[in-house]
Amino acid sequence: MEKKRSTRYDILLISALLCLSLIIGLVVFLTRREGAYVVIEINGKETAKYSLSIDGEYSINGGTNILVVKDGEAYLTYADCPDKTCVKTGKIKHVGESIICLPNRVAITIKGNTEDGVDIVS
Amino acid sequence: MNKNKKIALLGVLAALAIVLSYLESLIPPLVAIPGVKIGLANIAVMLALYKLSVKEAALISICRNLVIFLLFGGLLALLYSLAGSILSLTVMFILKKFTPFSEIGVSVAGGVTHNIAQIVVAVFTFSTPSLMLYLPVLLVSGTIAGIVIGICSGVIIKKIK
Repeated sequence: MEKKRSTRYDILLISALLCLSLIIGLVVFLTRREGAYVVIEINGKETAKYSLSIDGEYSINGGTNILVVKDGEAYLTYADCPDKTCVKTGKIKHVGESIICLPNRVAITIKGNTEDGVDIVS
Repeated sequence: MNKNKKIALLGVLAALAIVLSYLESLIPPLVAIPGVKIGLANIAVMLALYKLSVKEAALISICRNLVIFLLFGGLLALLYSLAGSILSLTVMFILKKFTPFSEIGVSVAGGVTHNIAQIVVAVFTFSTPSLMLYLPVLLVSGTIAGIVIGICSGVIIKKIK
């Protein structure tokens, strides 16, 4: 019952996938701009919005996460969850970049200057 | 394969999937992007898919998801995991049955579709379309994880009778 299966197709598939991600990655990289605001969403609802040009430290979701804005960049310094993925994500500053804390359902996203204008990312 | 042997093998594979999931949770994440992982439990699912049938593979996959949920909690994590498992198993089954891909190709497709399903669920639960920015990273990580798991599964599938 041993069918002869060549790995030629596998290599084709793998190359196609890698090319595709390279192209998407390149498009994302080339179209990115620096953001103006950082928006906090909890459970998909916007709860707060801070300017990136004003440095500050903000408590999110009643203290489950702590957000710091400094020199036009946003990052989390504290999370009460065990994995700390959101803290390790590091600093974000380009439009559309986000930090996600899955356990607390917190999403922190950078938004551009155009208030209700065109959102080029989505 | 008689019925008793099949039941025993199902149990062993389900236990293997659960243990591998647990082991994987102990490995610190390489990249701080949710969803980037190796997917060790997929070895057990691949074995079931190749040695038993898609029905058994689905049973093992769902059983693993539920047990991991009962052990560690996290309703949202269960949702992500189930979405990824169901889509990836469907794709792996179709590819195995109708295309000349080897275990590696099947497993790569499984890894990538697992990640795509998760990102789609994440976009909906967070209603944040910009999460799609993670797509290139998740495509690459899914591909690499798929290659590793595919090679491992291929070796084991040849060894066990």
